[in-house]
Amino acid sequence: MYNEKVMEAFQNPQNVGEIEDYSGLGKVGSPACGDVMQVTLKIENNVITDAKFKTFGCAAAIATSSTATQMIIGKTVEEALKITNKVVIDKLGGLPPQKIHCSVLAEEAIKAAIEDYEKRKNAGVTA
Amino acid sequence: MKEIYFDHSATTRTDERVVKKMLPYFTEIYGNANSQHKYGRDAMEAVDEARDKIANLLGAKPSEIYFTSGGTEADNWTLRGVCEALKGKGKHVIITKIEHAAMLSTAKELEKDGYEFTYLSVDSEGFIDLDELEKSIRKDTILISCMYANNEIGTIEPIAEVAKIAKKHGIICHTDAVQAVGATRINLKEIGVDMMSISAHKFNGPKGIGALYIKTGVPVARLISGGHQERTRRGGTTNVPSVVGFAEALSLTYETLEEDVKRVVSLRDRFVDRVLKEIPYVRLNGPKDFSKRLPCNADFSFEYIEGESILFSLDLAGIAVSSGSACSSGSLEPSHVLLAIGVPVETAHGSIRFSFGKENTVEEIDYAVEKLKEITTRLRKMSPLFKLGGEVKEV
Repeated sequence: MYNEKVMEAFQNPQNVGEIEDYSGLGKVGSPACGDVMQVTLKIENNVITDAKFKTFGCAAAIATSSTATQMIIGKTVEEALKITNKVVIDKLGGLPPQKIHCSVLAEEAIKAAIEDYEKRKNAGVTA
Repeated sequence: MKEIYFDHSATTRTDERVVKKMLPYFTEIYGNANSQHKYGRDAMEAVDEARDKIANLLGAKPSEIYFTSGGTEADNWTLRGVCEALKGKGKHVIITKIEHAAMLSTAKELEKDGYEFTYLSVDSEGFIDLDELEKSIRKDTILISCMYANNEIGTIEPIAEVAKIAKKHGIICHTDAVQAVGATRINLKEIGVDMMSISAHKFNGPKGIGALYIKTGVPVARLISGGHQERTRRGGTTNVPSVVGFAEALSLTYETLEEDVKRVVSLRDRFVDRVLKEIPYVRLNGPKDFSKRLPCNADFSFEYIEGESILFSLDLAGIAVSSGSACSSGSLEPSHVLLAIGVPVETAHGSIRFSFGKENTVEEIDYAVEKLKEITTRLRKMSPLFKLGGEVKEV
């Protein structure tokens, strides 16, 4: 059901973990729904220099988490916000139709982490 | 790459001896069993012989065995057939919350047609409550159906007791025995049900063939209209090769049933013992008393991780299993059986069913435990919930 790229990203996910001195943290989903994703970002001079994730979810959720974090590293905040779940799915060579909703999680978690970063920046807080 | 099959409740490998027995009925004895000429008579002879064999093994009369396309058709036929035949008498049916989708989705459709269903609850191990059953019976109850053994958690229900209660109230009693036939010796005379669903591919027979046992005199309308096949109760050209394979599979299964069950139980017990001892945060779903559990079955919920990702990780290691997680079923809800026994939703998402067979080995069991340890550790390290659980533990 999954293509090779998806299985590879699922089997050897990149950027697993947590940045301790993160600039922004986003956590979306719920255990009851079967998927939760947490993203921590390091942002310097408006550029995402590092991204790490932790995901509770299916193979598609893990694969998209890995790929999405890979795609935003080195991007500006504005560029990262343009990386939608569709872009991530295309990068992975597609997902089965019933799995598309699992990929939204990564996009939402990254957005939430960036929002958190903006909030902290405006409040003058650093982690 | 290993190839380890631990999904025998989904289906089994067709026995070579069964295939061999079936083959001549494709190319040599290929007549339509309802034709009057020799081709037809020869085919009918094989069908009769198969029916006799199956009836004899199950303690039924040959005239009480009706071949179907499998368990799903037998379940559909039961509900629709009894409801149609007895619609003048009543519109109330009692089933359980943990039936197979073949029953549950048919029940949902019949509810739209004005039939009323009571769904019996089950306890934390999946057993129905006989008092609740008795209390649920109404004047207009026309059918009681309770599965013989549950496909996900392996619970073996007290079917003979259910049948007794049904009989006392003069209500037709059906059991979906798709998982039980081939796992235990069933004598229809002893258990006393009026109807029973059977599927051949669960015990090394071919797919696409099964039967509905209908005791003499039980009113059941047709589900499939057509010719005069199956004493005019089920239309459609008889699937002669599969019928022959079905009988052969059941016959072979019964020949070595006790020793095979013993072997499967020892594999299952070894697996369960090791998993519970060596992997933390695991819950075994289903009966703790293994004498009331299908011999092949071990169903676990692994906390903090999701079932589909466990399933595919095992798949990559060459191990085939099933999952009760929502992501595996294609719905948003995890298994209705796990929710019915009270497994919290978030835990139910991390459920895996292992179902063993007589061809599995101790080496396969041990390899799977080792892989499962690696996989659960890896996925937990990746899970944002694991820390929330209070402890990040190296295992």
